[in-house]
Amino acid sequence: MKKVFTAALVILFGVVLLFGLSKSIDIAGYGDGLIPGKAADAYINKNVTSGTGEIIFGETKNAETGSANMVTSVIANYRSFDTLGEVTVLFLAAVGVSLIMGKNSKEGKMKKSGFILRTSAGIIFPVMLITGIYIFTHGHLTPGGGFPGGSMIASSFLLLYLADENFKLKITGFKVAEGLAGTLYVMVGAVGLIIGGYFLINFLPTGVVGDLFSAGIIPVIYVLIGLKVGSEITGIVRDMHKEEVSV
Amino acid sequence: MIRLASLLLILIGLYGIFSSRNVIKILIGVNVMELGVNIFIISVGFFKGGIAPILTADSFSSAMKFVDPLAQAMVLTSIVIGLGITALGLVFARKIHAQYDTYDLGAIGGGKDD
Repeated sequence: MKKVFTAALVILFGVVLLFGLSKSIDIAGYGDGLIPGKAADAYINKNVTSGTGEIIFGETKNAETGSANMVTSVIANYRSFDTLGEVTVLFLAAVGVSLIMGKNSKEGKMKKSGFILRTSAGIIFPVMLITGIYIFTHGHLTPGGGFPGGSMIASSFLLLYLADENFKLKITGFKVAEGLAGTLYVMVGAVGLIIGGYFLINFLPTGVVGDLFSAGIIPVIYVLIGLKVGSEITGIVRDMHKEEVSV
Repeated sequence: MIRLASLLLILIGLYGIFSSRNVIKILIGVNVMELGVNIFIISVGFFKGGIAPILTADSFSSAMKFVDPLAQAMVLTSIVIGLGITALGLVFARKIHAQYDTYDLGAIGGGKDD
């Protein structure tokens, strides 16, 4: 009876959602999200404050953001303040996990891992680590950025935990990296406030679109985010693993 | 069609949250719902023939037809927040299990009034 009532409620909500959305969007259609006239138009052409014309890969100099990856230019430049909040939410989640899990949890024995996993982990771990670092240093040129790169670094440490049942991570370095990256992110914003008059404004030269050293503060911020996210998720993995092994 | 499918995912997740007292199942419901919302936002920003919003040697000019980067940036934020929610929720679930030896919220004294 309760499940039927719940289902009816959910279906009612679905009908309301369907009719509410169909006023502004073709709910059955797909592939009609054309850009012109939307806010994204200014982000693609990098002309939020002043019209710079067409942006050509490898040619345009000193564009507004200089990032070839437009999603990155939104995340780490135009809406960087949102990303600061996002990083804060992730930080709070990591703090919550370590507060609940960290102290007075029993450490138990873990099952011995298999030969293939133990041997291959040593080969794959450096490759994963380097790939993670590559992803977040090239966030302004290729798909990816601080969040996927950081996650990849954390997953490489998860692999070490899975491969070796006696593996213990010295967490102090990660705590320092996390705190330092977070502080530097706010400092970069404060420097922008002093130089440009706005918090997190781009104050470095943006260079040629498509170069490794381009896009102003975007690579700086994405490296900081990558370090922060990597150390945070590694901390979460460590706390959860410590609890999970207690049988 | 994909928008309807994503709405269906949202409703399935909502049903999972409402109908179950098991913390793990509620978290799975939240994740399914989040997936539906993400697919919906991405589908709003997509149009047929649109290319990924990254300038490369092949798609070199900003005058080309890129899909909406703003929707993708929103979804990136949403994914990260979802990760935080899931991690914290799983830890709560583990703690509840350690204290009460059950994942059922009904059995630990919650929701007695119905």
